[in-house]
Amino acid sequence: MTTKHTLIALVEDRPGVLNRVASLFRRRGFNIESIAVGHSELPHLSRMTIVVDGANTMVEQVRKQLDKVIDVVKVSDITEEAIVARELALLKVKANSTTRSEIIQIVDIFRANIVDVATDSLTIEVTGDEDKIDSLYTLLRGFGIKEVARTGRIALTRGGAGPLYVEEKTKPPSGKTKAA
Amino acid sequence: MKMTGGQIICECLAREGVDIIFGFPGGAILPLYDTLPQFPQLHHVLVRHEQCAAHAAEGYARATGKVGVCFATSGPGATNLVTGIANAYLDSAPVVAITGQVARPFIGKDAFQEIDITGITLPITKHNYLALDTASLPRIVKEAFYLARTGRPGPVLIDVPRDVQIEQVEFHYPGKIVLPGYKPTLQGHPTQIKKAAELINKAQRPLILAGRGVIISNGFEELKALAEAGQIPVVTTLLGISSFPESHVLSYGMVGMHGMAYANMAVTGADLVIAVGMRFDDRATAKVSAFAPNAHIIHIDIDPAEIGKNVRVDVPIVGDVKAVLHALNKLVTSAKHMEWLHQLDDWRKEHPSTIIRDSEGLLPQLVVHKIYEVTRGEATICTGVGQNQMWAAQHYWYNRPNSLISSGGLGTMGFGLPASIGVKIGRPDIPVWCIDGDGSFQMTLHELATIGQEKVAVKIAILNNGYLGMVRQWQELFYQKRYVATPLFGPDFVKIAEAYDIAALRVEHKEEVEPAIEQAMAHDGPFLIDFRIEPEENVYPMVPPGASLAEVLELPKKETKVLANSSRRISNL
Repeated sequence: MTTKHTLIALVEDRPGVLNRVASLFRRRGFNIESIAVGHSELPHLSRMTIVVDGANTMVEQVRKQLDKVIDVVKVSDITEEAIVARELALLKVKANSTTRSEIIQIVDIFRANIVDVATDSLTIEVTGDEDKIDSLYTLLRGFGIKEVARTGRIALTRGGAGPLYVEEKTKPPSGKTKAA
Repeated sequence: MKMTGGQIICECLAREGVDIIFGFPGGAILPLYDTLPQFPQLHHVLVRHEQCAAHAAEGYARATGKVGVCFATSGPGATNLVTGIANAYLDSAPVVAITGQVARPFIGKDAFQEIDITGITLPITKHNYLALDTASLPRIVKEAFYLARTGRPGPVLIDVPRDVQIEQVEFHYPGKIVLPGYKPTLQGHPTQIKKAAELINKAQRPLILAGRGVIISNGFEELKALAEAGQIPVVTTLLGISSFPESHVLSYGMVGMHGMAYANMAVTGADLVIAVGMRFDDRATAKVSAFAPNAHIIHIDIDPAEIGKNVRVDVPIVGDVKAVLHALNKLVTSAKHMEWLHQLDDWRKEHPSTIIRDSEGLLPQLVVHKIYEVTRGEATICTGVGQNQMWAAQHYWYNRPNSLISSGGLGTMGFGLPASIGVKIGRPDIPVWCIDGDGSFQMTLHELATIGQEKVAVKIAILNNGYLGMVRQWQELFYQKRYVATPLFGPDFVKIAEAYDIAALRVEHKEEVEPAIEQAMAHDGPFLIDFRIEPEENVYPMVPPGASLAEVLELPKKETKVLANSSRRISNL
């Protein structure tokens, strides 16, 4: 039985790291549903949130293989934990004077924002879990969707220190940085 | 002190204790080569093809336990290394490869001899580096050696742009290594070790399945102690050969596709398999769903990703084999298992597996066994890939630890000769035999030039059957004898050897085998023997592809007149 798993990883902020991770997924035949990369709370580490669809044993193999990548400092499967998971999407919807107010009503219900208005379209920013974004998308599809951009899931565990907590002392000595 | 990038690399290599470098120069690595004379402690061995630099470095590494080093230039030099690096990766050998790269301003411009070698070797290295900052070279080289030799060893590649080799910077050697993402587990978890000991102590038909991890971790004594304390029979994978003395009363040989029939039966009959430092490769397990159907499985390995990858495991123990066995041995109570051992001995009598037929022609099995006899098992054997490799695995008794160096995971034809160069240079005190096939040998025979130039005293036995023998065997058994692309024209290997100033002999009759091997051993220097063996001799036993270990094809019994049996304890040779 396959389920969607959320993996989070702290990786060295170096060129080629994303390539190492992506190439691992490709050659081991694992399917990435989404991958989101950005800075973490530590200056030299980036954080990846990866969603994979697969059987538990397969995802466990993914986690172990990721852990073997030298530039991956820590990796954790947080699927079974209490987490806050969000995704951001930008949707450009066809709109004219007759449909605009109806779209705005739907946007309000979803606590989404209008971030750009043009004569023939509205661009909507929405955050939430995938289900919420999917529902909004379904509702707006009737108006005609011109473009969609989604970030993929990012996630934190609720409360306390997360599974990726790294103590400051394990930081590699950085080069000369100017004091703020 | 200011040093050039090239000097920094050499200085760091010297500090790592490197004494031998296998390589081939070229434009993009010329500044590094130019600094070599300033470091007389680094001896450079010029190979004839970069692939062989990597194989020789691997042979050196596997024979000495030190990190093997190879150099190549950018572009084709680097891509030629790829097969050798992949071989080292799959057989977990510590190799550091240093490649030249085009100067930094030319990177990404498709410059002459530019290739993205860090991209290409991403999936076949433990880690790799593109050194864009000259000041980072000491850290990179130190990390590369540390990564290559610790944990599960493997190849590490460092790509160094030409201008980085030339640039002068202040030299600072790093005091320690900081790799937050790399912490190999060495000590096994005590709870897991306890669980394993409980399973071992109550097993009726336990079996140790030993792999190359035992050799890498130097766990020979600990493995022997475990086997002897619990009276547990030992079988090995191909690369596990020589992790346990094959003349030992508890040794039952190699498992797998061409393993001993009785060893495979032992796996199928066991109620507990203790897999030590191995990774359940399909050539060892055969059909994985039918592997050890009656057994609990304990899996000891340093690489957590190997646990549960191919085979379900009841008690996994992640850790260094030597350390884990040391801890485990304290909890294992002595036992007898007389019934089980008698069963195995019966199987061995009924399915001898190491029979050498009486034949008019010259048989390869006899050649291998005579090499064993003449060298009294003191040689280290390197092999090519194919039938020659299997006969070498089956008919030589490996009693000395780490005495078989073969390409297991990648199965690289042509591995034997360059590997034997590395082995002999690393261990000049030990006789080294390269047992090769005529097909495999022709893939890298240009290394005879390296042997000639460096006066490497390897002894070469070509089992020459005029076929790509293993493929021909498959065609005979599974493709109705359609011998497509396997009949092999070969040169006169004796003349070839002589052209490289290497002494050589041809042997066509079985009476000549022993004197020829003796002559080779008595000769001071390299020696090649071209053994003209039976062209269509097959390797038995054989588990057909897709079948389980229980479905072994054996040498047809009734037509067999036995000349000898090279088996471990019932030898009548």
